[in-house]
Amino acid sequence: MSEQPILEARGLSRRFGHVTALDGADFDVRPGEVVALIGDNGAGKSTLVKALSGNLAVDSGEIRFDGKPVAIETPTVASGLGIETVYQDLALAPHLDPVANMFLGREVMRPGVLGALGFMDAKQMRVGAQEAFDLLGATVTDLNVPVGSMSGGQRQAIAIARAVHWANRVVFLDEPTAALGVRQTANVLDTIRRVRDHGVAVVFISHSMPHVIEVSDRVQVLRMGRRVATFETAQTSMEELVGAMTGVNGEAA
Amino acid sequence: MSVQAPPTSITTRIVRVQAFQILLVLIAIWVVFAILEGDRFATVGNMRLVAQNAAILAILGVGMTFVIITAGIDLSIGSVMVFSGVIGAKVMVAQGGDGWGTAWLGIAASVAAGLAWGLVNGVLVAKAKIPPLIVTLGTLGMALGLAQIITKGVDIREVPLVMQSKIGYGNAFGDVPMLAGIALVFLVVGGVVLHLTRFGRHTYAIGSNEEAARRVGLKVDRHLIAVYAISGGLAGVAGILSLAQFATTAIAGQSQTNLNVIAAVVIGGTSLFGGVGTIFGTVVGLFIPAVLQNGFIIVGIQPFWQQVAVGAVLIVAVYVDQLRRAAAQRGGRTNVLSRLRGRESTSNEE
Repeated sequence: MSEQPILEARGLSRRFGHVTALDGADFDVRPGEVVALIGDNGAGKSTLVKALSGNLAVDSGEIRFDGKPVAIETPTVASGLGIETVYQDLALAPHLDPVANMFLGREVMRPGVLGALGFMDAKQMRVGAQEAFDLLGATVTDLNVPVGSMSGGQRQAIAIARAVHWANRVVFLDEPTAALGVRQTANVLDTIRRVRDHGVAVVFISHSMPHVIEVSDRVQVLRMGRRVATFETAQTSMEELVGAMTGVNGEAA
Repeated sequence: MSVQAPPTSITTRIVRVQAFQILLVLIAIWVVFAILEGDRFATVGNMRLVAQNAAILAILGVGMTFVIITAGIDLSIGSVMVFSGVIGAKVMVAQGGDGWGTAWLGIAASVAAGLAWGLVNGVLVAKAKIPPLIVTLGTLGMALGLAQIITKGVDIREVPLVMQSKIGYGNAFGDVPMLAGIALVFLVVGGVVLHLTRFGRHTYAIGSNEEAARRVGLKVDRHLIAVYAISGGLAGVAGILSLAQFATTAIAGQSQTNLNVIAAVVIGGTSLFGGVGTIFGTVVGLFIPAVLQNGFIIVGIQPFWQQVAVGAVLIVAVYVDQLRRAAAQRGGRTNVLSRLRGRESTSNEE
């Protein structure tokens, strides 16, 4: 694991009025590994993810992709680099069906003149979406109904399938298991491993220490807007992680 | 992750669509009038009249359907229509003559005027982030006021003869009035764009979840501006067609137009909360008031009852939409009939 990080943040800072959300935060993730990003509420996890996925401008600091400095100013830039994010609120359009959501903003067009006129290739998108869901082992029961009428687990599966389908370098998963039952959670954790095995870097944000220990290769801890610790998951314990999050052990050691 | 359920069949999907349920209502109304006064109601001549009267509203309805699907509203269409008609009439009067050259000049001027108002609406909604209700209420007043300033409050009644005879009262083919033929073209194009193209897909997505649309990289602001511009442009088309039909700018004649079109769109199953709607539904929603009005007159009931009936249909349609949305939020099926029945049975038990 001495590889160069695929995505790296150096000294990111961002203030919202009097609140310092990020205070010189560092972060790095390498290809083909799962990094868990943990921290207490308000530690800056979501802000960091937003900054790295093009949804938030930072006041200062540098983001490097493949070793080169980049400016990820919009989600489109992030997508162009192969970075996708699954947000806590999933960011699906509830009235659209799973296929439409999967290809939203990246519609496959009909060939030739019809495509130039803006006509979409519904069949092609349907096949692509079905493949993506199958690859994930996600049983999306009906490709024709609005995702708003589906269960939380199914919606989660669709959001993750969408991100994984388009991300070929980095996937951010913000609390992907928070709303899920036992079986769906196992499914998501399986998916994370499968995506990693394809060489994609996975950043996994979670409050659930058992899930973090189960699925991650490394753990990075944020506290008060900066990275305070990095652990190899195999050589750490839940107590150590919680201690680093809350700062109790940190001060004592 | 879960047990594979059979995919919903096409027939159940059609039956669940509100536009289809409303179509049944329309057919029922039509049949009742046909039974009561078949000789005078169910005739080609009378249907021709109904289609002619609904044509201009249908064109406005296309734009309004797009706007409402984005979870917006356009109150300004009636005024923009008047303003566009006035601009078109002014241009044609200045040009003079009764031929197609003059007519085309007027058409272009009218559509451009409507488009300009639509762009103003769109920019204010998308960029200035002012609620559409307020923006279009403002431009409603502005467009009408300016139309009156330009004409000093006196209707212009000089319209090239060719427009009146070929567009206003001509036939497109067979017995189909030209106005209805033109409306049909706009409806078909509007429906195709809405349901088959990327532009339509993005319209639904923005109305369904604007934030999600932004996050996947859709150019939401630009899209909203385009949608309001379409609505304005179609109001321009409606303005010039109204001129052709009535040979007057009818400045005072469109005060209810916006509400009539909105009612039709909503009756047709387009949700005011965005993300849902069809052009087909809008057509059906337009014909319910049109057929009611026509039928009441023929049957000899005071035509004012039409307003009462349409108001009731509107409220029922939105209530059905509410039930549907509530059911969807619970993750359940959206069978409204069983829901209504369920209500009755529980209240009986109490």
